[in-house]
Amino acid sequence: MFPAAFDYRAPSTLGEALSILKQRGDDAKVMAGGQSLIPLLKLRFARPELVVDIGRLPAMSGVKKDNGHIAIGALTRHVDVERSKELESWMPIMVEAAHWIADPLVRNRGTLAGSICHADPQGDWGSVMLALGAQLVAHSEGAERVLAADGFFTGPFTTALRPDEVVTEIRIPAPKGKAGGAYLKLERKVGDFATAATAVYLELGGGKISRAGIGLTAVGATNIKATAAEKALTGQEPTDELIAEAARLAADAAEPKDDIRGSAAYKKDVIRVFVQRGLRTALGRAKEMKA
Amino acid sequence: MKVSMKINGAERGGDVEPRVLLVDFLRTNLRLTGTHIGCDTTSCGACTVLIDGEPVKSCTVLAVQADGRSITTVEGLAAGAALSAVQDGFHQEHGLQCGFCTPGMMLVATALLEGNPNPSEEQIRWAISGNICRCTGYMNIVKAIQHAAKAKAAVQASGTPAAAAATAGGE
Repeated sequence: MFPAAFDYRAPSTLGEALSILKQRGDDAKVMAGGQSLIPLLKLRFARPELVVDIGRLPAMSGVKKDNGHIAIGALTRHVDVERSKELESWMPIMVEAAHWIADPLVRNRGTLAGSICHADPQGDWGSVMLALGAQLVAHSEGAERVLAADGFFTGPFTTALRPDEVVTEIRIPAPKGKAGGAYLKLERKVGDFATAATAVYLELGGGKISRAGIGLTAVGATNIKATAAEKALTGQEPTDELIAEAARLAADAAEPKDDIRGSAAYKKDVIRVFVQRGLRTALGRAKEMKA
Repeated sequence: MKVSMKINGAERGGDVEPRVLLVDFLRTNLRLTGTHIGCDTTSCGACTVLIDGEPVKSCTVLAVQADGRSITTVEGLAAGAALSAVQDGFHQEHGLQCGFCTPGMMLVATALLEGNPNPSEEQIRWAISGNICRCTGYMNIVKAIQHAAKAKAAVQASGTPAAAAATAGGE
């Protein structure tokens, strides 16, 4: 099984990549690690005329703290996130989520930004980005814009990114005060997509929840931000009743379909249970944190 | 497109279409048929090779992406007639039944022991979690990797060759 023929360019600078995309963006697909794109090319679900391989661009990978946020280079692979001492200390939910992605071999090549831009509603990173309030830095020739993860996913495999743009960096707001997160995923076996999964993130201040983020995986046309549940939590004291109510609201936001992984009703209930469990875990982790 | 890469230590090249997969380049162009094609859908790990020491699925890498990199296939594990510690472990512990997944399993194990000479059983199981054995021979695969880890440690301690150290262990 092999892809339909395509032209291939592997630019050595970002400028070169953006110039190619300016001319041929409409007919092109950008490839980083290729772990989502190559299977699509092989199945011929995607038949671009041109593949622009950004995998050889320099200085696009790594994690640093920058101006109140955590900046992760677009070519940072899942395995780099999984093994990052910085993220383990600054944003451990990233490490926890990375561990759940595909399998170790895929994690050795697939990238964080590539996975986000692929925008599979069953992808794990989208939910984490929504929960953390991440931003994506996108470059096109002569321009740069910053897109919020909230609103980035416009449909299955569809994003707000333009055909002439490349995501160069992911920005995650640095945690304020005591913070904790959790990624919970139900999968039938290693490497399978989620039956359902959730990313949960809390910040505490003065005994109250100062910020809450909840993202849902594999229960809709995109990764879903559970806005009503987040609102219910924010500014409140974290009680068992509040957590149970937020979990119910998150399940209400899920729009799963029946498939081989489970019925819609089952998946909704998995979301309710996982959000409840995730919020308790995140709360425990936030309280343990030395602020 | 012209590509060249180091395969099992030797510089190899070819002229390929961009759509040619690394596994097909290895098997068809270079006749290195030890790398197997299993599911062909990024699920099973039979096509595992090491790129710059890291295990990846060669059915999901374009040959052009591997240009300039260093590749290890199962053919590169033995030194002449001398099996590597991992190969000997699979031999000693019967770490294979039909053998189809074995090249991938051994390459993953080789990379694991390179970075973590003394892995726990859980770490071994985690490392091979992207590789499917349809004979379900996982118990012996895990034992084979443990055997290899012990043999490598014995070599480190005594300086004797891997296979001899493993046999001397009183199997």
